[in-house]
Formats: sequence, structure tokens, C-alpha cells
Amino acid sequence: MGYVDDQFSQLHKLQDESSPDFVVEVASLFFDDAEKLINSMARALEQPCVDFKQVDSHVHQLKGSSSSIGALRVKNVCIAFRSFCDAQNREGCMRCLQQVSHEYTMLKSKLQTLFRMEQQILAAGGSVPLE
Amino acid sequence: MTVEHVNGDQFPSGLRVLAVDDDPTCLLLLETLLRRCQYHVTTTSQAITALKLLRENKNKFDLVISDVHMPDMDGFKLLELVGLEMDLPVIMLSGNGDPKLVMKGITHGACDYLLKPVRIEELKNIWQHVVRRKKIDAKDQNNSDNQDKPHNGSGQAEGMGNSDQNGKLNKKRKDQNEDEDDEDDEDDHNHEDPTTQKKPRVVWSVELHRKFVAAVNQLGIDKAVPKKILDLMNVEKLTRENVASHLQKYRLYLKRISCVANQQANMVAALGSSDPSYLRMSSVNGLGNYHTVGGPGQFQNSTFRSFPASGMLGRLNAPAGLGMHGLPSSGMIPMRHAQNSDNTTNDQGKFHPALLPGSHSGNILQGMPTSLELDQLQLNKNITSISELPNTKDNTTFHVSSGFPDARIGFGRSTNPLLDVNNNPLFLEGHPQEAHSNKMFGNQSLMSLNSGSSSRLPDHGRCNDNWSSAVQSSGIQPNSFSLGGDYKQPTLHPGHLRDNLSTMALPIGNSPCDVSSLHPLSNRFQDPKADLQFQAVQDAPCRSNVMFSPLNSAVSINGDVGPLGQCLDTNKTFFHRSNEFDSLGQSNFVDHFSMKINEVQRSSMQASSNLKEGYLMGQQKTQGSYISTSVDSLEDLFMSSMVKEVRSYNLAFSSCQNAFINSFYTTLTIIVKNLLNLFNCLLLWFRTKRRKFSI
Repeated sequence: MGYVDDQFSQLHKLQDESSPDFVVEVASLFFDDAEKLINSMARALEQPCVDFKQVDSHVHQLKGSSSSIGALRVKNVCIAFRSFCDAQNREGCMRCLQQVSHEYTMLKSKLQTLFRMEQQILAAGGSVPLE
Repeated sequence: MTVEHVNGDQFPSGLRVLAVDDDPTCLLLLETLLRRCQYHVTTTSQAITALKLLRENKNKFDLVISDVHMPDMDGFKLLELVGLEMDLPVIMLSGNGDPKLVMKGITHGACDYLLKPVRIEELKNIWQHVVRRKKIDAKDQNNSDNQDKPHNGSGQAEGMGNSDQNGKLNKKRKDQNEDEDDEDDEDDHNHEDPTTQKKPRVVWSVELHRKFVAAVNQLGIDKAVPKKILDLMNVEKLTRENVASHLQKYRLYLKRISCVANQQANMVAALGSSDPSYLRMSSVNGLGNYHTVGGPGQFQNSTFRSFPASGMLGRLNAPAGLGMHGLPSSGMIPMRHAQNSDNTTNDQGKFHPALLPGSHSGNILQGMPTSLELDQLQLNKNITSISELPNTKDNTTFHVSSGFPDARIGFGRSTNPLLDVNNNPLFLEGHPQEAHSNKMFGNQSLMSLNSGSSSRLPDHGRCNDNWSSAVQSSGIQPNSFSLGGDYKQPTLHPGHLRDNLSTMALPIGNSPCDVSSLHPLSNRFQDPKADLQFQAVQDAPCRSNVMFSPLNSAVSINGDVGPLGQCLDTNKTFFHRSNEFDSLGQSNFVDHFSMKINEVQRSSMQASSNLKEGYLMGQQKTQGSYISTSVDSLEDLFMSSMVKEVRSYNLAFSSCQNAFINSFYTTLTIIVKNLLNLFNCLLLWFRTKRRKFSI
């Protein structure tokens, strides 16, 4: 399964002269937001008495962001994560949290690599094809 | 404003959108997408900020897109507030596509429900919501202007219905949008057009909303109906439909708030204001029951029973279970009011005011089922007659005084009786003894009454006069009023009279009135005539059909709708009645009847006053006593006394006070009727709405 889905290419379509760094902007926002959410989730799950509603709320938000940016895998993990939250399964939540964190990290590194490469191309005078 | 702008060359570009989402990623994405669609975008990550922006300038935005999941405020709440205050189209946005949530969004009034990630295709079509809404509002305005009046009566229900329909349409839209997005919107919106009352969009400014809330609180949340709110708000160019849809939103909003502890007090307070009317109702019912419970109970019961069979009584008063009840209550009230006035008119008059304002003018009759009107008329008559009579006594009958509201309610009830008036005749018939005869009698009286609705009142007055005179005269004549059909005994026995009256009252089924009349009569027993009168009087309101019917019916039966006066004048009518009675087996009665009419009148006057007094109080007791009396004799006496009373009542009534009192009562009756109708409509709407939102 790919790391990003069609949404990501949609983001690229939105990038134009008026917002040349749109994708990078959005991705950056996503990274910041996702990290915050993952940290909050970890904190919540570490509590002796886990507030699953809170955790669920975070997961929901992460799911929304990831789907907006096209982070497919992260989104899928979030879906599973939510069901564990509903079941108030702490073990399951912990597992999902780790998975989310893992997926997110992978995604971030890959995207950052991608962006770096794009910048290099642009810097070299080339152009990055949208498709 | 924006419509015109948007409708220009740049349409749909230039649409001013306010985007609210706590997720920065999504917000940025949304903003970019919207800009790509050439909309003007303002973003905020906080709902509170969004509200502030919206309130600053209502016309600054055309559309709001909001996330559902937000930390500072629930997206649905924001949706409601925006809908209530600014009446802008709101699109919900969520990563959760659960149909329940979508439904919730729709019930809260969202125009659309989009799922994340948002696609640009979807956003490209959101302008449709704006245009559609504007168009609908414009149409509504036109329609509402044209239809405002006709809708006034049923408007509340309609408004509610429309809102419901809007809600339903929205739901449909949402569900469809789940899968199909845009195309469905248009279809759904199309449904909306024919069903909703199109009005031009009204911008509910803070001041306007404040006025609205003040009006609603003043009326009480349960009793707040668009028409009244509109009147209270007194804002130009605000239609009832505007208020109706706003009221719906407001109710939704309150529902949400009601979950919050500190809001509950408001709800309770709001609800509390609407209680009194209910209380009254119940009290009235109680009265009605009183009647039936009372002495004549037996007598009445039988009659009542007959009624239920006829089905009319049952309608009369749910509480009473028998139309009678309703009538009695109404009758009671008048009687009560009259209380002491020997003049049943007094009592009745009072009652009438509450109940019969309309009836007096015959409105009651006209407005309500004829039978109802008749009852009312009678009631009015009774009331007026009662009122005219000086109440010295008892106010037993005057429980009612407290019951103006009762009267009101009784009114409503009596309206039932009116409906049942027709039944009442039956009721009379119901008289155990002579169901048929009574019926015939009653029917005719009713019929006559109905026809003579308007004239009834005057008759009533006359009857009152007659009654009073009758009261004065000693003759008891309780002409065997036995409506039961034992009209054979024209002689009015004072005691009989009362009994008769009571029995008459009972069977007459005008129900409450009669019953009460019977009772008081028994109590008062001061004058047999009084009793009769009382009964007659009481009947007048409720049973006025019945009571008067002897007199009136005589008149009316013949087709003389004319007021009791006719009775007086036309012995023939009585005779006719007697004919009818004959069929009932009361031929004798007629003869006596005419003879006794005078007596009856006098005695009735007295009796009515007595009745009034004792009516309320002693109804129960008297009824018991009444019941004990032979029905036949009672009936005869009653009839005769009734007739007499009616006549005398009429005479008395026709005195100067009639006009004033009648009109007064008529007005009151009308008002009460309207209130009751409104209330019922509101109740139905509310229930519907609750069902709806409890989904």
C-alpha cells in the first residue's frame, strides 16, 4: 500500500503560481499537528485512568488531517485506533498508537525526502511534473 | 446583496465563505480549495471567533463551512446559532461519515454535510446552497405575504409543518449527499420549494432575536405560537412564517441547551407558564366531572351513557367522558360566576364571557361546530342571563368564578359539548327513560339551536329574562321537563322542577351546563323554579340547547331558530315541540308546557339563580337527589320549568344588559376558542417536532 493516496496528488493540483509551496505548507502543518496529536494520545493512554473520549477525539482529528493530506496508511491505522477507543481497549489503543507513530514517522521522512528532491530539481532549473 | 453580486458575471465566484476548523491542515486545505473556486475565504480555527465575525456584520458572509469536531464549541451548536441568528446556509464538514451524524447535521439545519477529505468538486457546488436559499426565501416571502392571513389560523401548524418538512428535506439531502454530493442537493432543494412557505430571508439580528426570545419567554415556550410571537415582537416586514421557522430553530437550540443544567431552569420556567392553561383544563374537567358526579349523575349518567353511545358526548369532554362533562364545566363556570345572582344569567353571563364571547354573537356557533356553538350560545345565554341576575347567593355555582380559566377551558370543553350539542339532544334523549324522546327533543333543540345560533343568544337573553321572572314567580313549574321525555307532566314542581332540571340538565347533555344546573338547583332548592331555572340556565350555556330547547326547541324545533323569546311568544312552538314530544310521548307535555311556560319562566329565573348557587356546590349532592326523583316527574317538571324558565329568562335577558353582556361574552368566547385552537395546534406541532427531533 502506498503511503499517500490520490489526495496527495490533488494537493499538488492546488499548487500553482499563487501558492507555489502549497504542498509543502500543508505537509508541514500536518506534521506539526500530527506530532502534537500523537503526543497527546500517548499522554492520555499513559494515565492510570484513560480518558478514551479524549483519545478518540485526538484520533479523530488525526484521521481528518491525514485524510486531507492523503496519508493513507496513517488514516487506516486511525480507523482501527478509533474502534479500540470505542471498545475502551487500552492494549489495543497502545498498539495502535505505536503503529500510528510508526506510520507517521515513515511518512514524514519520505515526504521530506520528496520535498527535498523537488526543491533540488527546481533549484536546478527543472520542473516537477504534476502527474 | 451577494446574490446580485454573485449573479453577475463572476457568479459563482466572489461568494464569501467563512471556514471554521480547528485542524490547521484541513483549514489550510479548505481555504486553498475555496480560493481555487474563486470564493472569498475567511478562516478561523475557533468557533467563537467565527460567531464574532458573523455577528459583526451579518451581511459579510454568504456561507459558512464548519467542522463538526471542534474543541471550543460543538459544530452542531455553532450550526444552530448561525441558523438562528444569521440564517445563513451552513455546511458541515467532518471526517466522520456516520449517517447518524449526518442526520444530526440535517436536523440542526445544515445545508450540506461534506466528508473529509474535501474535494474541490464538492466545494465548487456549494454556491448552489446560497442561491437556492435566497430564492426560497424570496418565494417564501411572497407566498407568506399572500398566505399569511389564511395561514394564521392553521398557520402555526403549517409553519411547524413547513419547518418539519424543511428538516425532512434536509435530511433527505444529507443522506443522499453521503454518496452523491451535488446532484442530490438540487433535487432535495427542489422538494423544499413547493412544501415550504417561501419567504425572503430574514436576517435575525441580535436585537431581533432578543425581541423574539423576549416574546417567547413572555408567552411561555409551550404556548409560544408564531402568530403571538409576531404580534408581541411587533416588527415590520416580519412574517409569521419567518417567526415560525425561527421558532423551530430556537426550540432546537433550547433543546440542546436544556441538557445543560443551568438552562433547565429556563425551560422549566418557560414550560411553567403554559401550565396554567392545562391546569384550568383539568380543573374544568373536574367541574365537568363534578356535574356528572353530582346528583344528576345518575340521571345524567344514564344520559351520558347514552351519549357516549352516540359518540358525541364522548367528544365533548374527554375528561368528562361525556359531552356533558364538558358542558357542565362550562355551565358550571357560568353558573358559578353567576353565583348568587338569582339570575342565572349572571352566572351564565360570566361564564359566557369566558366561554361565549363568541357564542354570544353567535360566533361560537358559527365558528365551532354548530352544536358547539349552540352550547356556547346557550352558555352565553345562560351566562348572560345569569349575570344579569343578581347573585346573592351561593356561589357554589361559582366555583366557576375561579374558573374563568375554567370557563375558558370549559369553553373549550363546552365547545365540545357544542359539538356534542347535537349529541346533547341525544343526551337528553339519553335520559334513561326516554332516550329517544329525549333525543328527539334534544336533537331538535339542538338543531334549532344550531340554526338559531346567533339568534340563540338573544334568546338566551330572553330566556334569562324569562327565567328571572320565572324565578320570581313561585310557580315551580318544573314542568315535567323531563327531557327524558316524560314531558307529560307539565306541572312544575318546585322540587320536581329541580329534579327535572337536574335531570333535564343531565340528559340534555349539554352536559356540563346541565349537570351543574341540576345540581345547583337541588342545592338551592329554594325555588323549585329556581332549580328549573338553574337547570335551564345552566343548560343554557351548555345545555342551553337543552334547557332552552324546551323553550327554544319548541321554538326552534319548529324551525324557529329564534331565540327563546320565540318560545315565549309562541306557544305553538312549544306545541310543536310538544308534537315532537309527542313522538316522544309527550303530547301532554306540550299543553302543559305552554301553560307552564310562564310559570316556568318565573320559576326558572329563580331556579336558575338558585341553580347557580347550588349548582356548583351542590351539584353533586343535588344530582344525587335529583336522581332519586323519578325521572319522569323530573323530566316533566324540568321541561316545563325549563320552558318557563327559558321564557322568563328570555324576557329578562332581553333587557338592556343583554347586548353588552352578550357582546362581551361573545368576544371572550371567541378569544378563548382561538386560544384553545392555537394551543391545540401548538401541542400537535410540538409533539410532531419532538418526534421529529428525537430521531
